[in-house]
Amino acid sequence: MLQIRIHGRGGQGVVTAAEMLSLAAFEQGHHAQAFPSFGSERTGAPVVAFCRIDDHVIRLREPILAPDVLIVQDPTLLHQVDVFQGLQPDGYVLINTRRSFDELGLADISRNFRHERLTTVPASDIALRHLGRPLPNAVLLGGFAALSGLITLEAVEHAIRHKFSGKVAEGNIAGAREAYAYVQNEMKELAHAQAS
Amino acid sequence: MRKQVEGSAAVAEAVALARPEVICAYPISPQTHIVEGLGERVKNGSLTPCEFINVESEFAAMSVAIGSSAAGARTYTATASQGLLFMAEAVYNASGLGLPIVMTVANRAIGAPINIWNDHSDSMSQRDCGWLQLFAETNQEALDLHIQAFKIAEELSMPVMVCMDGFILTHAYEGVDMPDQADVDAFLPPYEPRQVLDPAEPVSIGAMVGPEAFMEVRYLAHAKQTMALERIPQIAAEFKQRFGRDSGGLVRPYRTEDAETIVVALGSVLGTIKDAVDEMRAAGVKIGVLGIQSFRPFPLAAVRAVLQGAKRVVVLEKSFSVGLGGVVSTDVRLALSGLQLHGYTVVAGLGGRAISKASLVRTFTEATAASLQPLTFMDLDWRIVNRQLEREAATRRSGPIAENLLRDVGSIASKVL
Repeated sequence: MLQIRIHGRGGQGVVTAAEMLSLAAFEQGHHAQAFPSFGSERTGAPVVAFCRIDDHVIRLREPILAPDVLIVQDPTLLHQVDVFQGLQPDGYVLINTRRSFDELGLADISRNFRHERLTTVPASDIALRHLGRPLPNAVLLGGFAALSGLITLEAVEHAIRHKFSGKVAEGNIAGAREAYAYVQNEMKELAHAQAS
Repeated sequence: MRKQVEGSAAVAEAVALARPEVICAYPISPQTHIVEGLGERVKNGSLTPCEFINVESEFAAMSVAIGSSAAGARTYTATASQGLLFMAEAVYNASGLGLPIVMTVANRAIGAPINIWNDHSDSMSQRDCGWLQLFAETNQEALDLHIQAFKIAEELSMPVMVCMDGFILTHAYEGVDMPDQADVDAFLPPYEPRQVLDPAEPVSIGAMVGPEAFMEVRYLAHAKQTMALERIPQIAAEFKQRFGRDSGGLVRPYRTEDAETIVVALGSVLGTIKDAVDEMRAAGVKIGVLGIQSFRPFPLAAVRAVLQGAKRVVVLEKSFSVGLGGVVSTDVRLALSGLQLHGYTVVAGLGGRAISKASLVRTFTEATAASLQPLTFMDLDWRIVNRQLEREAATRRSGPIAENLLRDVGSIASKVL
């Protein structure tokens, strides 16, 4: 079972991101479960949402305490919430920021986890270009598809079309594609750096 | 057709497939998405003929439901928590009058302290109101139970509450198999009222009944619930024949055949318990779980049949009778009268406290080792409880309890969960 935890702030589409991820996994023939942290969410407050993906029926309904994947939609949470709590040793981390892990003061994380599974993508900037608003949720899912290969970009696009329509859907899809390409490039550069 | 949807959306679609003619509801978390989904269908004409009546309160919602059901319309409403309490008087009237209304209760705690999260306090507070109460384990079962509920309600002329865990189910996206309209139509015939307000054949409904017949009217309500004990499994079997799924029924045992320890629970926590049971079974512990789908009528015989071979029974419930302990446990114990069994009540998940598999395994392990307290509050933070007790012992003006405890807990924003 793959367990994904998404951190963000109220208004950034954290819950919608988990729902879209479950839709993408469902589209690829998996069982999936997405649920919010059940808070009385308000704009700007820390919000958590969860997604489980498995090839069997998912019965477990506890919050995700030991995620295989962390998606952080707002880097300012790094100083407020222990987002890395319970992260599995071979877990994936994707953070929405222009900066690198080292620049964010996360050198410890880089050392203690698998380097090739940690990356950042400026998802709010990308969203701003394609949507006119800094809503990073769908864009990050494109980045996650590239980082992990656990879901396809096509399934992410399908999920976006399921949730949104018209210009909003097209803008989010364009953003997700750009994030996919961005992260793929990051991964290539990392592989080069390690090879040389 | 299989689809990935939010639990509330799945229930709204299932209710629409049942072709209700009147829907009246007042919004309250976590029920809101269900009635929003139905309101949209009525407005865009996809659910027709159906009238969506906006009301000013839950009391009005149930009052309108009583009127429309008495006028012969298939009637649906939904509520939760304080909303259910606010409509309580009318809830009793609906069952007392024998009106087959179907209502979703998106289970949520009752204040004070105000809390929007899940537990079973709301529907348990109405367990004696004369409605049937069916509990859903998954979103699939929630949507299936709504289709079954209209059939059960209308056959018996009794109202049915479908209870589903607020947020945990209502706000969870998961895969469900959505039935076809044609299959639902074949399963659920049009509503044929047993009593109806019709200007062409005037009758009155709701007579005052004195001591000469009140007990008999009440007994007849009980007799109908006793009949429901037979019809609920039959209707679940008919449902399975048409739709191919086990949904509803009275109880659902899991790995109980040779179990020495059997856990009893209701609702969505059964999933996490089944995972805990599998983990303990793998370690050689003879443990199983019994899910109760029908809480009213309470299936005494079916519960006894499953539990009588066990050595110990752990009732894990999201409800709590202050001053006594368990609510479900009391009924389970009645089912076990005369049997020599160790009984434990575990109160868990009140007000949305997360129920983790790890805590369940630890608690069940303590039960098998006979070290569990007969009444246990799982994952209770004794630190803040004791601090408050000390405060009250030391000072008369010790202040409001909820505010004191929140101060002791400190900021929760820094915690992940």
